[in-house]
This record gives sequence, C-alpha cells and structure tokens, in this order.
Amino acid sequence: MLFAPELLMLIGSLVLFCLSLGQGKVNLARYASLVLAIASCFLSLATLQMSGNLFYDAYHIDTFSQLFKLAISIGLVIVLLFSGELKGVDDRLRPEYFLFMILSTLGLMMLVSSVELLTLFIALELSSYSLYLMVPMRDDHGGMKMQMEAAIKYILFGVVATGTMLYGMSFIFGMTGTTYFSELVPKMHELASTPTALLAIALFMSGFFYKLAVFPFHFWVPDVYQGASNATTAFIASVPKLGAVAILIRITTLVAPTGGEAVVNMLMILAVCSMFYGNLCALVQKDIKRMLGFSGISHAGFVLLGLLTLKDTGYATSMYYIAGYVVMNLACFLVICKVSKNGENVSIDDMSGLYKRAPILALTLLVGMMALAGIPPFVGFMGKFMLLTGALRDGHLALVILAALNTAIAIYYYLSVVRVAFCSPPEDRPDVPVDLTTRCVSIALIAVIIFMGVAPKQLLAFAETAVRNIF
Amino acid sequence: MDFLILNEGFPLLSTIVFLPLAGALVLLFLPGENVQRIWAMAVTSVTAVISLPLYSRFDLTTAKYQFGEHVSWIPSLNINYTLGIDGISLLLVLLTTLIMPLCVLGSWTYIKTRIKEFMICLMIMETAMLGVFMALDFVLFYILWEAMLIPMYLLIGVWGGPRKIYASIKFFLYTLAGSVMLLVAIIALYLKNGSFSIPMMMGQDYSSTFQIWVFLAFFLAFAIKVPMFPFHTWLPAAHVEAPTAGSVILASILLKMGTYGFLRFCLPITPLATLTLGPYVLWMSVVAILYGGFTALAQSDMKKLIAYSSVGHMGFVTLGIFFLNKQGMEGAILQMINHGVTTGALFLCVGMMYERTHSREIADHSGIAQNLPIFVSFLTIFSLSSLAFPATNSFVGEFLVLAGAFSVNKIIAGAAIPGAILAAAYMMRLLQHVLFRGPGRPDLADLNIREIATLAPFLCFVFWIGLAPEPFLNVMHTSVEYLIQQVDVAKTAQIAMNIVP
Repeated sequence: MLFAPELLMLIGSLVLFCLSLGQGKVNLARYASLVLAIASCFLSLATLQMSGNLFYDAYHIDTFSQLFKLAISIGLVIVLLFSGELKGVDDRLRPEYFLFMILSTLGLMMLVSSVELLTLFIALELSSYSLYLMVPMRDDHGGMKMQMEAAIKYILFGVVATGTMLYGMSFIFGMTGTTYFSELVPKMHELASTPTALLAIALFMSGFFYKLAVFPFHFWVPDVYQGASNATTAFIASVPKLGAVAILIRITTLVAPTGGEAVVNMLMILAVCSMFYGNLCALVQKDIKRMLGFSGISHAGFVLLGLLTLKDTGYATSMYYIAGYVVMNLACFLVICKVSKNGENVSIDDMSGLYKRAPILALTLLVGMMALAGIPPFVGFMGKFMLLTGALRDGHLALVILAALNTAIAIYYYLSVVRVAFCSPPEDRPDVPVDLTTRCVSIALIAVIIFMGVAPKQLLAFAETAVRNIF
Repeated sequence: MDFLILNEGFPLLSTIVFLPLAGALVLLFLPGENVQRIWAMAVTSVTAVISLPLYSRFDLTTAKYQFGEHVSWIPSLNINYTLGIDGISLLLVLLTTLIMPLCVLGSWTYIKTRIKEFMICLMIMETAMLGVFMALDFVLFYILWEAMLIPMYLLIGVWGGPRKIYASIKFFLYTLAGSVMLLVAIIALYLKNGSFSIPMMMGQDYSSTFQIWVFLAFFLAFAIKVPMFPFHTWLPAAHVEAPTAGSVILASILLKMGTYGFLRFCLPITPLATLTLGPYVLWMSVVAILYGGFTALAQSDMKKLIAYSSVGHMGFVTLGIFFLNKQGMEGAILQMINHGVTTGALFLCVGMMYERTHSREIADHSGIAQNLPIFVSFLTIFSLSSLAFPATNSFVGEFLVLAGAFSVNKIIAGAAIPGAILAAAYMMRLLQHVLFRGPGRPDLADLNIREIATLAPFLCFVFWIGLAPEPFLNVMHTSVEYLIQQVDVAKTAQIAMNIVP
C-alpha cells in the first residue's frame, strides 16, 4: 500500500508502452493516462497519513513525500485535461508522448520519496530522460528545427548539471561514508561548516537548481520553453519544480540549523540574481512562453527565500509557494494551449481582445497573471507575503527590499499581457472555442488560486507538520 | 483588545462589506442588460440603506473602534480578520456606500457594452473600498488596498477613452510601485509587535530612525494615492480616460484612501517621524495647492480641469492633517467628504455632457445655459461648492483647515491662500464659458429624470454640510481628539528626551 501510487504509475506505463506498439491508439492512450493520473491522486490522498520505509530504507514514505506526490499528480491531471489533444505533437508519436509523460511523473514521485543518494539519482534521471525525449516530439513548424535545438540544449545542460550533482554526491559520500540521508544528516551537521561540506552541498544542490531554473542554471529555460510544444512546456514549467523543491528542502536540512551561514549567503545571492535576471529579461519578451520562462526564473528566486531561513516555517512556506506557483502557472498555460490553434507558439499580441473572443479564458489569464504578479487576494500574494515575512524575521532586510522591488518590476510584463487581452481590439483574430472541460478546469483553477490565497491556514499548518517530521 | 467594541449579534460591518461582492457573484448568472442594471442598483442601494444604522447607532463618546468584529484568520502569523470603525472612518464608509448607487445610476446609459462585467467591477470595487476603511488588521487592509487595483484597472482599461491603455497602465504601475515598500514596512512593524493589528501598532515606543523609515514607506504609498505633488501625474490621465463612474470612484473614494492612510497609520503609528517630517509635508501640500490651481487654470478639457482641481483640494486636506490640531484635522476630514461630494458630482456632470456631445472640451459647451437650464444650474452650484463659496460644503471644510493653519503657522497658511483664489478663478472661467459665451447648442436635450435623480442627492449634501455641518463634525470630535492626544504623547516624550542630555 505504501508504494501504491508509484506502483500504479509503473503498471500504467507498461500498459501505455503496449498501447504505443500498435497504431492509432491515441485516444485510448490519452484516456488511460488521464485515468492513471486521477487514480494516483486518490492513492496519494489515501496514503497521505501513512509512513514507513521500503527497499532497505532507501525509500521513505511520510506526509511530506505523499503531499508532494499528491501535488504532482494533481499537476499532471490538470496538464492532461487541458492539453490532452496534444495539438503541437507529431501525430505518430502521441502514444509514446503519454508514456514518457507518465514515466517522468513516476520519476518525480520516486524522487520525493528517495532518501538515499543513488536512489535519488536514479529517480531524477528517470524523470529527466523522459522529459528530454518529450521536447523534440513536437511538430516541425516551418522547418526551423526549433524543437531539436531546444532538446539539445536541454539535454546538454541537464547532463552537465547532473554531472555536477554527482560530483557533489561523491564528496558527501567521501566525507561520511554513507549514502543514506538518515545517517548523513547527523554526520553532515558535524561537518557542516567545513569548506568541503559546503562545496559538496553547493554542487549537490546545483542539480536541482537546474530543475528549478535558478540563476545561473537557467540557460535552458527560454529556448526549451519556446522550442517545446505548449503541452510539454506546461508540464516542464510546473510539475518537475515540485520535485526540485522537495529535494532542495531535504538537502537544506543537511546543513540546518548549524553552520548554515555560507549556504544561506549562497542562496541569498542566487535568489537576488534569479529575481533580477528573470524579471528584467521577461520585460522585453514577445513570446508568451518565453516570458513565462523568465518569470519562472524569478519565482525560483522567491522560493529560495523560504529555504534560506533554514526553518520549518520557511520550508513550509516554500512548499506553499511552489504549489501555488504550479496552479497559477498552469492557469496561464491553459490559456496558451487553448489560444494556440494548431499548437504553434503564442505571442503576446495573439492575446489581443481575448475578453471578446473567449471571456472565460481572458478571466483565467487575468487571474493567473495577477496571481503570478503577486496581487492579492490571489495565492501569489499570500506566498510572497509569507516568504518576505519569514526572511525579514531572520533579519534579511536588504534581501526583502530587493524582493519587494522585484514585485514592482514584474508587474509590468504581467500587466502587459492582461492589457493586450482586455484593452486591445481583437482585430481579425478568430474566436477561441472553449469546451466544457476547459471551462470547468478554468473555473476550478481560478477557485483554487483564490481559495489558497484567502484561506492558507490549513494548508500551511499541514505543510509545516509534514516538514517537521521530514525524517 | 480594549481598543475594539465588539458588535454583539448581527455582523453589520461584514454584511456591508460583502453584500456587494455577493451581489456581483449573483450578477454573473443574470441575463438581460436591464435586469443587470436594476440588480446592481438594488444591491448598491440596499448596501447604502443598511449602512445608515452605522450613523444612528454610533457612540459619540468613545474613541474606540465600534461595531467591531474579530475572527482569527491565519493564526500562525497572528493575522486576524478585524473590522471596526471610528469617527474618522465612519463618514468615509457612508460616503462610499451612498455614492455607489449614484455611480450605477450615472452609468445607466453611459456604458453601452458589457454592462454585466462593468457592474461586477463596480461592486467588487465597493467591497474592496469599504473593507479598506473598516480593516483594523494590516494584512487585511493591504490585501483589499491592492485588490482594488484589478477592477479599477479594468474599469479604465476596458471602458475608458481613447488613451485608456496608457492611463490604466500608468495608474496600476504607479499605485503598485508605491505600495510595495508599504508591505515591507508592515512586516517590519509586525516583527516589532508580533501582531498585524493596526491599533496595537499605535503608541509603541519605536526608535526614531525606525519611525522615519516606516513613515517614508507609508508616505510614498499614500502620497501617490492622494496624490500629492509630485506624485500626481497618474491622476489626470486616469481621470480623463476613465468612464464617468470610474472617475467618480477615483475622485470621491480612492483619493481619500491616501489621506485616510495618513490619519490612520502615519500619525498614530509613527508620531515622532510625523513631527520631524510634518513641516516638509506641509510645504508639499502648499505646492500641490498652488500647482493644482495654476494647472487647472490652463486646461481646456473639463475632466482635466477637475482632475487638477482635485490635486489642489487634496492639498488642503493634507495641509489640515499635518498641522496636527483639532480644527485643521476635522476640517481635513470634512474636506475629504466635501471633495467626494463635489468632485463626484462635477464628474457626473461632465459625463452627462459627454454622453450628449462626445466632447469634454470647454469650448464645445459654450453657452449651453440657454438650452440646458437644469444642467447648468446643477453645474453652477457644484462649481461654486468646488471653489468654497460660503453656504456650500467646501467653505466649511476649507475654513476649518485655514483656521487651524493660521493658529499654528501663519506663513504656510498665508502661502495656501492664493490656492483658494485660484480655485475661484478656474471654476469661474469654466462657468463663464458654459454660461455666457457662444451661441449655445439647441440640439442638446436637458437632463432627464434619471440624471436629475443622480445629481439631486449631491445637491442636498452640498447645502446640508454647508449650512449645518454639526451632524458631520459631531461624529469625529472624540476620535480626532484621541488621535491628537496620541501624537502629543510622542511630542512630550520627544521634548523630555531633548531636555535630558
């Protein structure tokens, strides 16, 4: 039972593999993966309060991991619901596409439960390699081979980041002689202030900074976001970041609470650089996916604000923030996927007059963008507010002021999308058809964004208990 | 919790705040444009009616916050849902609830497209604005303060004039940029107190450097909202491009939030900084009065003229606040209400003309007195009120402000006097054109019943406040005295500090 969500995904991926062998099973594969994702939501929910160890203690189930699995499954469900028809993906490859999407999710679910370095590495690679394959599966628009360029960039940067991470792991193993987190934590606490340990932690973290797109591991972001199909980008931009935050929290506990000063400084610098770099670059983007990519970099910087407090509350806030980020990001990607007629990229101008062409999508875009910008009463505001409160409580005044300034910078580009959608005439752009599913998903996303922003009490308390019992 | 008188039984304040929001949600499902208009009218009117008991049941003898409600919201950070009103916010709440139905009525035919969405935006605005005046928890305040940017942005950006995109973005960016530092200040105050409760932040012993920083963060946010010179540049653009109801809301209520912020936060939370930096604010107010007056004198667009006159009038309000005496402050609060009534009415007048002529140029309305006697009578009275003619509302407010000013600092008070003369000059210039110049416009119809019904309540208040201001001043005496006492405590402490070397 403890392994149920992963086991389900594993069996599911085998089924999908069989489906992908034949021809013309696209719809079957689509609904199979949707059913899988929904079932895994329920299984994660059912195992939420359980805890235990599996596979010679390399695999740990607790509220923390199950909470992340739940979030990952929900993210997958939403992505499948609004981009299930895979408009931008090559027809012949669609069943395989679903297979890799499920496999990648499986990897992420295993990642958040791994408490042993090698298990963690394997889980990460399972998720990453599936993603590497999903990127080039896009239709070739205009013979530009954009998707190939993106895929190559993604895999090259990914491999370098993984290598760096392995190098860090080897240091950790060398210093402590173990690969199990439960044994690592006390040993690392003793060593935490030594330069080698810091180097090891920094290298280890870089693998996940890459996933989360923290400066300076962000180089893949704009091109991959632009080059991959809309559905792939929606997935890459949201779900893997959950896994990255989960592991970053685990790694941070290796140094906390003693000897964390150097790590805190490092995280602080990375946070500030990410925020400024992401926001300033996003200001000039024309392609909306690229813009969201840069905005994702700045949001990654915000997530680090919670980690660098080295406190349970801070970790819980980061969890809350990244969960909120996934929801608001998906709301924006839903609109992108729907506005894009045949899976082509959407420029900001393509949103012109959206409030006349599809009011519900315009509203979703408004809520999503404003939430990303951190305007209350949406979740983006509450998350930022809590992160800033936590950081200021630790005395990082300069950091908080810089972060607040970034909120002001960021509003411009979010607003420019909203402006185009609401204030510009549609000219001769056609109406966007909206089916019932999309309508329901949109309303659900808006409701969640507002609800998480207005009533964060239970969610935060739950995240905090989960973090407190992380080991 | 000794600052709050809890309301037993029916949660009146919450009902008033959330009724418009609930109405907006219901409106989502209502078909038919007329049904939607009538529903919006009904909801805002009911809100106005149920807000009246706030006045009749208001206890004049206490400076505590009344009709209080207190519910725990996010316990881990000690954030509560706390509402309450005192003598300072009571009139602003009533101003908001009473003006909203008139906004709906005033945009009955002005808005021709997407009436449902328009009314929803108006009603969400009402909830946010009322909440800002009632919130006694800083997080609640900030959420509502920021949340209203979105509906206001849409009001200008979707239903606005030709340069709506520029105006709405400028409005949004300016206001948001101003308030990010407010957030940092709020968090800093929370970390000193362990609570986001606004009354609990007052009268604490913060160091003077801390107070100055917090004051500056507050000041930036509120000065942009007021707007004080030199932060005013978003205002003319937003006013000119906004639809009539948007302009009315902006002028009558949104601008008051800035000055309300000074009264509610700057003075009692950072009294030392207020004493140190107050004189500079006074001079800024004088500059705003003169600058607003001179610029208004040069406008040919009626909406711009009124927008710049707002800068001047709000200058009088900040002047009254920062003299820190009872007369000045009561005058300032009354002037806030007056400006809401008068300028709101003037914007409605301009909107009614715009519906007929599709122009806001003064020149296009020359001599319409011959053809539209009813309209011009209204316009004349509101213009006279705007220039603080005796027997109108603004006279009382400006008189109190200047009386307060002269008792403290004759130089600054004297410097503000030309502002009053300028007001007469630019309003007279407008009237002269509209009344006497030109051939008139025989093609235009005079006001209809609906339009008269929209303007008539404003007229009542112009004369009511002008002739018998006591009912309005009564409610604020106790709260204003308490506020001045809070500042005086800091003043005494400061003097004591200076004596002891």
